[in-house]
Amino acid sequence: MESAKSARVNKSKMAENRKLIKIATAGSVDDGKSTLIGRLLYDTGSLTSDKLEAIERNSKQRGYDYLDFSLATDGLVAEREQGITIDVAHIYFNTDKTNFIVADTPGHVEYTRNMVTGASTSQVAIILIDARKGVIEQTYRHFFISNLLRLSHVVVAVNKMDLVDYDEEVYLKIKSDFEELVAKSDFSTDQITFIPISALKGENVSQKSDLMNWYIGNTLLDHLEVLEPADLQESSAARFPVQFVIRPKTEAYHDFRGFAGKVYGGNLKKGDSITVLPSLTTSKIKAIHFFEKEVEEAAIGSSITITLEDEVNVSRGDTIVKNSDLPKSEKLISATICQVNAKPLKVGDKYTLQHGVNRVLAKVESIQGRIHTDFSGEEATDQLKLNDIGQVTFKLSKAIHFDSYKQNKSTGSFILIDEGSYDTVSVGFIN
Amino acid sequence: MSNLFIPNPKEAESIHILREVAAQFEKPVLLFSGGKDSITLVRLAQKAFYPARIPFPLLHIDTGHNFPETIAFRDQLVEELGLELIVRNVQDSIDQGKVTEERGRYASRNTLQTTTLLDAIEEFKFDACIGGARRDEEKARAKERVFSVRDDFGQWDEKNQRPELFDMLNGKIHQGQNVRVFPISNWTELDVWEYIKNEDMKIPSIYFAHKREVFFRDGMVWTANQHVYRDNSEEVVERMVRFRTVGDMTCTAAVLSDADTLEAVVDEIRLSTISERGARIDDKRSEAAMEKRKKVGYF
Repeated sequence: MESAKSARVNKSKMAENRKLIKIATAGSVDDGKSTLIGRLLYDTGSLTSDKLEAIERNSKQRGYDYLDFSLATDGLVAEREQGITIDVAHIYFNTDKTNFIVADTPGHVEYTRNMVTGASTSQVAIILIDARKGVIEQTYRHFFISNLLRLSHVVVAVNKMDLVDYDEEVYLKIKSDFEELVAKSDFSTDQITFIPISALKGENVSQKSDLMNWYIGNTLLDHLEVLEPADLQESSAARFPVQFVIRPKTEAYHDFRGFAGKVYGGNLKKGDSITVLPSLTTSKIKAIHFFEKEVEEAAIGSSITITLEDEVNVSRGDTIVKNSDLPKSEKLISATICQVNAKPLKVGDKYTLQHGVNRVLAKVESIQGRIHTDFSGEEATDQLKLNDIGQVTFKLSKAIHFDSYKQNKSTGSFILIDEGSYDTVSVGFIN
Repeated sequence: MSNLFIPNPKEAESIHILREVAAQFEKPVLLFSGGKDSITLVRLAQKAFYPARIPFPLLHIDTGHNFPETIAFRDQLVEELGLELIVRNVQDSIDQGKVTEERGRYASRNTLQTTTLLDAIEEFKFDACIGGARRDEEKARAKERVFSVRDDFGQWDEKNQRPELFDMLNGKIHQGQNVRVFPISNWTELDVWEYIKNEDMKIPSIYFAHKREVFFRDGMVWTANQHVYRDNSEEVVERMVRFRTVGDMTCTAAVLSDADTLEAVVDEIRLSTISERGARIDDKRSEAAMEKRKKVGYF
């Protein structure tokens, strides 16, 4: 048994001022992704003794001569039987400085949708590469999705260095192959970090490796900790889609009409001049309520309730924005679509389009093409199948009020809901 | 900037989810066990709709083997906040012959709750059941959605779940289907405890260290009580204990503890090396215990 956790994880410290970093992991089958996550849990002291015992028991039962940390995350019976991961799992751990949420997404060819799903709630991607195999087709795909979803940072973890004798040449070759991909993407080089690791042996995960002295950068955990959430938070114009109208109808709050929602893009302040979309009525923010208190200004990400100076007709699905910066309003939109359901998307199909909390009807006007996830361009097609990514134009029953995905992830994305099954069949990123 | 409100991201997410439930469903209900997670949900719901009242009732599935302290707490909370409480009893399901009481050493009413819950959903036509499950609790729960669609039989089809993208929640369902909603999916046990402490919330007394008659079995501390099977060789002793989860007496083990304040409890959790479900006897039945229960409609 290896001795306990790294000294820096001091569990007695208070967690209150920890920052929150959300990570998606991507790797192909057998790249050791589950092992890496298990290792991170172990090294941060997040594997409780009963879980650790279960891992020891299971590893022994299977006749392994090391601890199989992948058993910490492979949750469902089918997965344990087949030794693979079949759906997005969420894993939580923390160090003194940071709370982490990991969306663990499987790397099978057919599971692009899982990575898109996991990455949609993440700021950082860890892409695993097996040092013996190097950059393969799936690496292209994982990086393409990180680029499509505009993640803030990508960590390229070159894993299984123990199986290539910790050879710097192997690492450098993979790094340079990957850099060719970076050049084709929208990422700048300072958003990409390469780290040679062995998840199995714990080299450069939380402990600096003595076996790879040629590597001078941070360990993986150190690197994740120095990322600043400020850099990970998008900042654009304030958007406030109304989720719910609050009318207490009580003696004390007889005339109260509050608009409940979450602030996207930028801060909202008492006294701000606002426009309600789609009605284009204008007013001013009278007060910002959070539970029993009133605040002057609410930062991005706040779930608050606001009241307006004037009696304005506002209902769910409307968007309140500052007068100074209106979003686009269109009935014809073009977007990059990722198909996340087995039913293909075809020209003429009708769907419910959910944009934030607002729903309209949408018809597929045209499909411009299917995009190759290896950065080699696109090809013409008349349909998008599960895991396909393509350019699509939609005609809507009513205009939506949006920003491009590049400007605002929340007001620049939508999902399509099938009218028959009610399944979520596609996700769209507005151009 | 003066008086700038910076959100707690997990709290903001949970409030967003609760508001989506109120907006997207006709008859939501909050499943209330009297445990810390469902108490946290009630606080979050207060925040989501303030100054209006919480726009859905609470539903408690009472196994009849709950700790009396939990029931007393439940009734007081409902009274103070002016909430509507619905109680349905596992005993009634047994009396109606729908389920059979388990027997023997590990007899528990925990799995029997499922039938009573599904009957209540049908009786009231609830279309969304809000629960306090968290993904960090257990491996099968790590794959659970925030809006988790169940069929007419309450079953969870883990391979056929709707993907959830960004914070957009798709609550569209067919007649007969319902959705289980988990607003604190992304909270950890420590998050919950720190929140309870920061918010200075009241919780049932059994979460704090107290003297109790217990006995030891399989390395766990069991409550000595008429509802819990015990054989003569299992000696009853008095110990200072507290509970980390509050469930049915027959499946909730205590931990030896002197933590008698919220501060002490939070410290204990932070330093703990045992997961909270490590004290859940129901999970020890097999490696896949939770997944099997979820598939048939367990919460």
